[in-house]
Amino acid sequence: MTASDPTDDPAYRLFQQRFGVLRRSRQTETALTIAAVILLFVIAAAWTDFSPEKVADGIPRIGEYFGKLFSIEPKGSPAPMAVLALPHLFGSVKEPQSVAYWFYRIGTYLSLLWQTIQMAILATALGFGAAFALSFPATRTFVGSRFIVFATRRFLEVMRTIPQVVLAFILVWPFGIGPLAGIVAIAIHTTGTLGKLFCELNENADLRPVEGIRSVGGSWLAQIRFGVVPQVLPGFLSYALLRFEINVRSSTIIGFVGAGGIGQELKRVIGFNIYEEVSAIVILILLIVVAIDLLSEKIRHRFIGAVR
Amino acid sequence: MSGTTHDIAAERRRHPEVFRGKGWLRWILLAGICAYLLYLMWLFDFSRVFTDLPRVWVIVRLMVDWTHIAEWDHAELWRSMLETVAMAYLGTMLAVVFAVPLGFLGARNVIPRPVFHFFTRRLFDGLRGLDQLIWALVFVRAMGLGPIAGIMAIAVAETGVLSKLFAEAVENIDRKQVEGITSVGAGLLGRLRFGVLPQVLPVMISQTLYSIESNSREATILGLVGAGGIGLRLSERIQINAWDQVAYVIVLILISVALIDATSRYLRLRLIG
Repeated sequence: MTASDPTDDPAYRLFQQRFGVLRRSRQTETALTIAAVILLFVIAAAWTDFSPEKVADGIPRIGEYFGKLFSIEPKGSPAPMAVLALPHLFGSVKEPQSVAYWFYRIGTYLSLLWQTIQMAILATALGFGAAFALSFPATRTFVGSRFIVFATRRFLEVMRTIPQVVLAFILVWPFGIGPLAGIVAIAIHTTGTLGKLFCELNENADLRPVEGIRSVGGSWLAQIRFGVVPQVLPGFLSYALLRFEINVRSSTIIGFVGAGGIGQELKRVIGFNIYEEVSAIVILILLIVVAIDLLSEKIRHRFIGAVR
Repeated sequence: MSGTTHDIAAERRRHPEVFRGKGWLRWILLAGICAYLLYLMWLFDFSRVFTDLPRVWVIVRLMVDWTHIAEWDHAELWRSMLETVAMAYLGTMLAVVFAVPLGFLGARNVIPRPVFHFFTRRLFDGLRGLDQLIWALVFVRAMGLGPIAGIMAIAVAETGVLSKLFAEAVENIDRKQVEGITSVGAGLLGRLRFGVLPQVLPVMISQTLYSIESNSREATILGLVGAGGIGLRLSERIQINAWDQVAYVIVLILISVALIDATSRYLRLRLIG
C-alpha cells in the first residue's frame, strides 16, 4: 500500500518471530499435556481391567437393576408391575401400586432417619466442642510455644485425613454394631476439619481486643474468652452448620459398615434384594438431604446477615 | 482502683441497655441445647465410649506393633492402592467427558429457558445428592464386584458435581470478551473457542484436579462395599482383626493422598499460573 508497510518494520518482525516461538512452545506444551492425560487414562484402564466392552456389558444390567428398583411383584401376580400406577396412587397399604404400598415401612424408615439426623447433631456438637477447644492452642498468634501449635495442628490433621467410614468400621469392633461407633467416627472427623477452619478464623481475628485485655491484666483464658471468642463465634457457628449438612450425608452412609442409622437398613435391603424398599429408602435419603441443605442454608444466611 | 469501680457504676447507671446483654433468654436457650445434647448422649449410650475405652486401647496397641511386617502381602496392598488411584482418575475423567457438555447446557446464559435450566439443575442435584458409596453399592449389585463398579460410581456422582460447577463457571464469564469476538465477525464456534473457553478452562482444569484429589480420598472407602481398590483389602483385614496391617494400610492411604495433593497443587500452579 504505502511506503510504511508494517511488515518491513524490524520491531514488527522481531515481535512476529518471538510470538511464533512462544506460540509453538505453548502448542507443544498443550499437545504434551493432552497426550499425558490420555496415556494416564489408558494405563489406569489397563490397571483396573476397565474396558468399553465391560461397560457396554454392564449398562443393560444397570438398566435392568434400576428397572427392578421401580417394580413390584405382589403375591399371586403373574408379572412384575410398575411400583406406582395412577388409578391406585392413593390406595391403602394393601393395594399394590399405591404410594402407601410402596412405602409400607415408612414408620421404620422415618425413625431410622430421625436416628440418623440425631447422630449427625450429636457428632457435630461433639466435634464443635473439641474443635473449639483445640483451635486456640493451634493458632500461632495466640500461643508462644511453637511445639504446642505444631502438635495440635498435626493432631487435627490426622483426625481429618483418616476416612471416617474406615474409622467407623474400626470402631465397630470396640463399641459394637450400632450408632455409637458412627457418632464417634463422625465427631473425630468433624473435630479435624472444623479445627482447621476455626484456626484460620482465629488467625484473622483482630488482635487489638486481646491486647486491650492483656493490658488490664487479663489471663490467657480471659484474653481468648473476651477478646477473641466474640469476634469469631458467628463464623464458627456458620462453619458448624455447613459441617452439619455434610455430617447428615455422612451419617446416612456410615451405617454401611454397621455403624447405625438408615445406612444399615439400606445395606440390608440391598443385600437381600428387596428392590422396592431400596428405591423407597434412597428417595427418602435424597429428600432429607435436600431438605437439610435448604434449611441450614436459610439459617446460615440469617447468621451471616446478623453479623454484617 | 476504687475510681474505676465508681466510673463503671456511673456508666452502668447512664447506659443500662449496654450492660444488660441478652439476658436470661439466651441462658434458657443455651440450657435447652445442653439438655438436648445430654438427652442424645443418654439415647446413644455415650458413656460406653469411656467404659469401652480399654477395648480401643487393645486395638491401638495391636496397631502399632509392626513386628510381622515382612510377612504381609505388600505387592497386593500396593497394587490395590494404585488401583484406587486409577479408579479415581478414570472415574473423574469420565465425569469430565459428560460434565463439559452438560455444564454448557445447564448454564443460564447458553440456554436461556428457565424450565430447561430448572430440570438440568435438578438432574445435577439428584446425581450428587446420593453419596458415592450408595452409588457404589448399587453398581456392585448391578455389575458385580470389582473396580468397574467403583469407577462407575465415581463417574456418576462426580458428573453431578462437575456439571454444576462447570455450569456456574460458564454463567460467570465476562460478556465483554465474547462481544469483542462477535464484533470482529466470529461465528458460534469462534465465540466459544476464543470468547468462552479461555475464561472457563482454568476453572475447569482446577476443579478437575481438585476432584481427582478428593475422589482418590473417597475411592479408598469404595472397596468397603466391594467396589475394588484398597478399601477391599482394608475391609478384609478389619474383619480378621489384623490390626497391624490395618494401620499399615491407613498409613499407605495417608501417604498416597498426601502425594496426590502435592502433585495436584504443583500441576494447578503449573497449568493455571
